[in-house]
Amino acid sequence: MNSVVMPLAVIVGVLFVLTTVSAGLIWLERRLLALWQDRYGPNRVGPFGLLQVLADMIKIFSKEDWIPPFADKPVFVLAPTIIMVTAFMTFAVIPFTPGIEVADLDIGVLFFLAMSALGVYSVVLAGWASDSKYSLLGAMRAAAQMLSYEVFMGLSLMGVVMLAGSFNMRDIVEAQRGLWFCIPQFPGMVLFFIAGVAETNRLPFDLPESENELVAGFHTEYSGIKFGMFFVGEYLGITLISVLIATLFFGGWLGPVFPPAVWFFLKTFCFICLFILLRASYPRPRYDQLMSLGWKVMLPLALLNLVITGGIILIKG
Amino acid sequence: MLSLIKTAWDIFLHTFHKRVTVQYPEEKPYIAPRYRGRIILSRDPDGGERCVACYLCAVACPVACISLQATEDEYGRRYPEFFRINFSRCIFCGYCEEACPTYAIQLTPDYEMCEYTRHPLVYEKDDLLISGTGKYHDYNYYKVAGIATGSRGKGEGIEEEPPVDVRSLMP
Amino acid sequence: MATIYIDNKPYDVKDGGNLLHACLSLGFNLPYFCWHPAMHSVGACRQCAVKQFRSGHDTKGRIVMSCMTAATDGMRISIDDPEAAAFRKSIIEWLMTNHPHDCPVCDEGGECHLQDMTHMTGHVYRRFRFKKRTYLNQYLGPFLTHEMNRCIQCYRCVRFYRDYAGGRDFDVFASHNHVYFGRHRDGVLENEFSGNLAEVCPTGVFTDKTLKKHYTRKWDLQTAPSVCVHCSVGCNTIPGERYGELRRIRNRYNGEVNRYFLCDRGRYGYEFVNSALRIRAPLINPSASHNGGGGPVSGGERVAAKEEVLRYLSDILYFGARAIGIGSPRASLEANFALRSLVGAEHFYMGVPDTDFRLVTLIADVLRKGPARSPSLSEVEAADAVFVLGEDVTNTAPVLALALRQAARQKPLEIARKLRIPLWDDAAVRNAVQNVRGVFSVAAPYKTKLEEVASRSYHGAPDDLARLGFAVAHELNNENPAVEGLPDEVRSLAVSIAQDLKEAKRPLIISGAGCGSEAVIQAAANVAWALCSGKRQAGLCFAIPACNSMGLALMGGGSLGAAFKAAREGTADRAVILENDLYRCAPEEEVNAFFGQIRHTVVLDSLATPTVAKAEVVLPAAAFAEADGAMVNNEGRAQRFYQVFAPDNGIRESWRWLRDIMIAAGRADVREWQGLDNISAALAETLPVFRQAPEIAPPAGFRIAGMKIPRLPHRYSGRTAMFADITVYEPKPPRDPDSPLSFSMEGYQGQPPPALIPRFWAPGWNSVQSVNKFQSEVGGPLRGGDPGRRLIESAGVKAPFFKDIPDAFAPRTQEWLILPSYHIFGSEELSVLSPGIAELTPRPYVGLNAGDTGALRVSEGEEIAVAMNGAEFLLPVRHFPELPSGIAVLPSGIPGLQGLMLPAWGALAKRKTITVTGAT
Repeated sequence: MNSVVMPLAVIVGVLFVLTTVSAGLIWLERRLLALWQDRYGPNRVGPFGLLQVLADMIKIFSKEDWIPPFADKPVFVLAPTIIMVTAFMTFAVIPFTPGIEVADLDIGVLFFLAMSALGVYSVVLAGWASDSKYSLLGAMRAAAQMLSYEVFMGLSLMGVVMLAGSFNMRDIVEAQRGLWFCIPQFPGMVLFFIAGVAETNRLPFDLPESENELVAGFHTEYSGIKFGMFFVGEYLGITLISVLIATLFFGGWLGPVFPPAVWFFLKTFCFICLFILLRASYPRPRYDQLMSLGWKVMLPLALLNLVITGGIILIKG
Repeated sequence: MLSLIKTAWDIFLHTFHKRVTVQYPEEKPYIAPRYRGRIILSRDPDGGERCVACYLCAVACPVACISLQATEDEYGRRYPEFFRINFSRCIFCGYCEEACPTYAIQLTPDYEMCEYTRHPLVYEKDDLLISGTGKYHDYNYYKVAGIATGSRGKGEGIEEEPPVDVRSLMP
Repeated sequence: MATIYIDNKPYDVKDGGNLLHACLSLGFNLPYFCWHPAMHSVGACRQCAVKQFRSGHDTKGRIVMSCMTAATDGMRISIDDPEAAAFRKSIIEWLMTNHPHDCPVCDEGGECHLQDMTHMTGHVYRRFRFKKRTYLNQYLGPFLTHEMNRCIQCYRCVRFYRDYAGGRDFDVFASHNHVYFGRHRDGVLENEFSGNLAEVCPTGVFTDKTLKKHYTRKWDLQTAPSVCVHCSVGCNTIPGERYGELRRIRNRYNGEVNRYFLCDRGRYGYEFVNSALRIRAPLINPSASHNGGGGPVSGGERVAAKEEVLRYLSDILYFGARAIGIGSPRASLEANFALRSLVGAEHFYMGVPDTDFRLVTLIADVLRKGPARSPSLSEVEAADAVFVLGEDVTNTAPVLALALRQAARQKPLEIARKLRIPLWDDAAVRNAVQNVRGVFSVAAPYKTKLEEVASRSYHGAPDDLARLGFAVAHELNNENPAVEGLPDEVRSLAVSIAQDLKEAKRPLIISGAGCGSEAVIQAAANVAWALCSGKRQAGLCFAIPACNSMGLALMGGGSLGAAFKAAREGTADRAVILENDLYRCAPEEEVNAFFGQIRHTVVLDSLATPTVAKAEVVLPAAAFAEADGAMVNNEGRAQRFYQVFAPDNGIRESWRWLRDIMIAAGRADVREWQGLDNISAALAETLPVFRQAPEIAPPAGFRIAGMKIPRLPHRYSGRTAMFADITVYEPKPPRDPDSPLSFSMEGYQGQPPPALIPRFWAPGWNSVQSVNKFQSEVGGPLRGGDPGRRLIESAGVKAPFFKDIPDAFAPRTQEWLILPSYHIFGSEELSVLSPGIAELTPRPYVGLNAGDTGALRVSEGEEIAVAMNGAEFLLPVRHFPELPSGIAVLPSGIPGLQGLMLPAWGALAKRKTITVTGAT
């Protein structure tokens, strides 16, 4: 009985919390950006403007759900769901606390990489199905960018895997008792963070959207709830990468005094804020700069990190 | 690389800066007298309508939201028969004020003129005409225009000689 | 051809022309004031200064006035030279010292040549800090306002008014810097062309008074090319509309027709379009059926929807009904043709008085069958000998009279040519010519204004005029019959006139329907044909009653008398009357009898005329400014006029109504008449004489770079506020399926083809002077050729001369021959509804010569009873000094005296007991 109800409760709980958090992130992002730009941000609807999210939700749900007549209809509808599904799926392997985890997979890290690779389809299909030049350009950028950054994203995590000796997330967290991997795997962490930003199409790497040139990139033709799904998908991505950094490099739920859930939440929150700080700070690079950064700097650095980590492990024996 | 980090740090430090937003409507900002808000039609120092219905504001308007019709009183003083501004189109660019040769049309610091429908935003002359001179107190176009109106005849304006005696042969 | 160097670039120009003309023709922007392409140079304003160099090595050069310098081969000049530019700028500054600061309240503002030139020279800052000169203004009548303060003393007004148009009551007064342009005292300007002063004046001294009443700037007027409807000359005009009201008429240059000037009737007659008498919705008045005409329109009629009216009409005009159509000389070709199609050719009647019917048909025949060609107005201006026979041209075809005044100067210009004075050097030419008169003979029943320029004149009854004409023809060519019993002085006059004409290179005979006499027209034709022997071509030009009389005559149809006969005999019991007031075409009793015999009367008209009051169904027809169509002028030139504005919902073009009636009545063949082009094509197909009709203007599908031509200027203002008091949602602009013009600001902004020019404007040239930029050469044809197409050409072969010489006029003892006298203001039906024209319309009178007034023992101004055609009037007497004895004149067509079928015999008696009875 308990073996059925508990996982179900965990799944529902995780889904609920994630959806709420990612929606809340919209408010958080607007407030933080405002803070760093000496403004207030949404502060009129409800206490601290918190109900702004609700207002936005009502608006986006009640908007006309328009599908352009020239679009490839099934694909057009399918695309936004993919990004949601893949993001949610990845959360399945995250050990939130010692007790809360949906699936304790031995190949947790690989599963994450696989899901993140699938997420590219969402963007590419959205751009393709829209049958619009801006969407298509955005999709092409997304495909190239995500494939390139996927490569060293995986490689940057290999150091962690080597140190922990396991792909299992829970094992990796446990392996960080004593020393968080952010110290020995500092380069790996930086590389993973950068790759994560690129994977979620967040500023400064939001070239698939780049509103100045491409209107809104791959989701130019989207409106209403479908656009909302892309939107929530993006925030789920932020949450996911933050959660992963916390898990893989900052010891997940580990920490003194406070209960594990609090630690996990705090660490994640910090990285989410960091994501938003990036948006507030940096301009968007050119497309060729982005690609050369990925292939000419990041990939060699990731390989170097791997070699050195391997070497040290070998020497330590 | 370091500059990138410094940038992020500088931005982060803004957390502790004072915010510049003015919390309108609880807090009213200072509006300069030359602010480009609601448009009015002013009057001469002697109380006559300043607008001479020259159509220059209408033609200067980039959104063509001013329309009027010129007419004359019995003394030949020209004024608008109707003067209409469609504020639901107006972009408050101030070109009309710039074009106005008589200081009649002026933009004021009043900007609180929202409506829930567009129709109340159509202002007729009754809504536009004020009783004062607005920003320019002394100018009186008809005193320098060189044409005769009720209040003054030919040659009675500022810097005008008395009318020529056509029958005089004096040099 | 000469090659001149302007700023070191070679250009080919006409040898001997003046430099200003050459520079403007080449497209250079050179400022000027006193020069006018029609009035040439006087060198008064010093504004057109350029620098002339002796050779390519001369760097110093000297400033010359380009308008006073002939272009010679190899000449080197500079327009851009800094010294010349500074000179021009300082001239403007001088002119502006006394110019008032009143542009905002000046009606010329926005289309002011002075503004343009000031801007062109770069004078932007006034340094003058002293007192300005002022003047008192004058009252100059209902057409022009006067504001002398604005004057820059260019002398154009006085040169136009006195030298060009022959006016006398306007001049320049006073001296030094106090010169004054005006009349010797307040009063209405007498000349018929005074309205042109508003266009001739480079600034706002003279402006359009009718426009002032509903003043609108040029940039706010919706305009389209149009044609004047107030006489048969067919001057090209540009009417302007704003807020659904016609606001003014401006001249539209046509090198072959009116060129630069309009008459006051054409310019100020437009206000009938805004008249309170306009019919704005279809009316049904069932009580008017069966009983021979109901009450006035205000009685049992009611406003009906379009569909209801069409249903009603289809009931009474079902296919095969005994319906007749009465056309109109003031309706377009297309409207008349649509009516002709509705009722069938054999049931189509022309709707003109029977006299006019005979005369105009005869004129159309004469022009087509004889060797003499009907000249265009530009050819009229070039004629070197003119013989006007029996027509008061100034009052029936005013702009033709203006052209004739120029023709009268052709012969004297020989004096200037002999002295080697270039003809553009106007002051020198006029000095050389002095008051020498040209070869110009006028024969008319009463003294006409053109006699001012005539070298010979003669007054007589129409029959005597015809006899003079036949005598002249006989002198020219023996094949013409000799006139028996001609008095000696008339015979010697005929010999002299014949001699004049024989010596001329380009002789011109003018006549018309004015006398109501076929013999006069035949005599004129004989003279012209007699002159056409050999290589020489003589022009033969007729003034005819209405704007489309010629088109209607070419279309053909029965006379009004025949229509009345059909009704009387019962072969017709329904009538469709197109834009026509029958009470102006026939005596009142006849028309009343006609309406008594007709069971169903349908009238299409724009105005509530007495005819409309008799109608069972009234359809609101578009006035000229609201309609598209074509008209044929007295020359035989078909010209297209365009809708200036889309009228109120109910009003539609007559041909649209007629098409819909046909469709409602089950005529399937007209379903394809979607637009004007279709009906025009059908017209060309049905009547070969109109086969060129579709070619007179580009078709509705014509586009330039895919764009229509906008009727609104690119600076049009107030679009989003004009209707905002009614609705804030801007209404969609009306669609125009009939022409390549659109009711919009959007479209092709360059120069359209000449037939489609909606207004003259060029960058930097906001005034009427911008027409320079539309001409292939200044004063020449418009680029792409002047619009309009001549539908008739002379046969070019000899035609048999007319032989029926009338007997000499013999006065009767108790009766007077009553002839029509014409008035530019009043004789025409539509223009008289304009307040300005109405103000100058004479009161009804009877004109008699001094001998006859003496015989009747009446003095001028005293009322006398006139009995004719069964009607009796009590009219004041007016002296007509030159009128032959036994002849009286009544003003034609003026309010109160419509429907008199003149000429006619009538009795005059001094009676005081009878009461006034008006004709209508």
